Amino acid sequence: MQILLALLIGAGFGAMLDRIGATNPSVLTGMLTLRRLNLAKTIMMAIGTGSILMFGGQMLGLVDVAHMSVKSAYVGVLIGGLMLGVGWAISGFCPGTGVCAAATGRKDAVFFISGGLLGAAAYMVTYPAWKASGLLEDILGGKVTLGDVPGSKFDGLFAVPGDILGILIGVIFILVAYVLPHSLSGLDKGAEVPAE
Amino acid sequence: MALDWKIGGVLLGLVFFAAVLLVKPIGVSTQFVILDGIVADVASPDFITQTEDGFTSTNAYMAKSDGKYAKSAANPLNYSFVFVLAMMIGAAASSYLRGGFAAASRLPDVWVANYGNTPLKRYMVAFVGGFIALYGARLAGGCTSGHMMSGMMQTSISGYLFTAATFAAAVPTAMIMYKRG
Repeated sequence: MQILLALLIGAGFGAMLDRIGATNPSVLTGMLTLRRLNLAKTIMMAIGTGSILMFGGQMLGLVDVAHMSVKSAYVGVLIGGLMLGVGWAISGFCPGTGVCAAATGRKDAVFFISGGLLGAAAYMVTYPAWKASGLLEDILGGKVTLGDVPGSKFDGLFAVPGDILGILIGVIFILVAYVLPHSLSGLDKGAEVPAE
Repeated sequence: MALDWKIGGVLLGLVFFAAVLLVKPIGVSTQFVILDGIVADVASPDFITQTEDGFTSTNAYMAKSDGKYAKSAANPLNYSFVFVLAMMIGAAASSYLRGGFAAASRLPDVWVANYGNTPLKRYMVAFVGGFIALYGARLAGGCTSGHMMSGMMQTSISGYLFTAATFAAAVPTAMIMYKRG
């Protein structure tokens, strides 16, 4: 059953990443240079939709709160995030979209994945040094959500109902998706990448 | 041609929701470690070993959290690993249906606009980008999927921290490297 769900949801996720343009490095780069923000609008819409459905479903008792999985906050999240940002920006791929792009026939994505496997292996080898550095120690309470989500094992940073706050933030994501312009950068608009 | 952002956004949001409703939030980058573990264990069978109450590894990262990564690498037919393989099937099917393979066989337009038709250079940059991105993702404990999409969907503090750091680095880097296109 789990494997069947992995096949269905995974295929759905991969197909959607392709349909929103995220398997194309030109689309990802267009977002990161702030020239074409369509993808940013799409992703904010998706996060907002997901939040409202998940927290709404929890309040109605339809979604198991135990399915939530919140990751720890630590200084390494910031350092790793900066690194991922650089790797993403220079290549136009992130881990998920790189894997999907390779499946759509992009040869450069195969190089991205190869580099990624080596990078992950390098982290595996250097992990003890990071562990010893203390930069993997929890900050801000570790596995924490913005508000207190009823029934979840995670604490809230603020003592407010986390499900209601989650729906509100979901609405804000969707509103920002609406008001975000299609481009924030006038740089070289003439050289628009043609639709593929 | 990409979907309209409203339609694409709602559909992608439904996939996020389906994942957390039925199993757990989406994540990808851990599976690079799992594949590394599978390969390492083939190359050197002592890399992952079974213990009385699970699995462990000679590598401290594979062995952490009671050997959960070692266990996944020892049993690749698990939810999260199959999920990533299925992503490839879904993306390939989608690209086939929209006729995207011809365009994907060329270098990205934004690359050609800035650096011309230089495949070797492009492959090197993609390789280095992959190395930095996955090293960073493992240090951060997640990537664009697990931290940014799934994390912010759950109002996770780590998701907001990760997203802020990622864009703080990605936007200037992309602007410097890709001045055209």
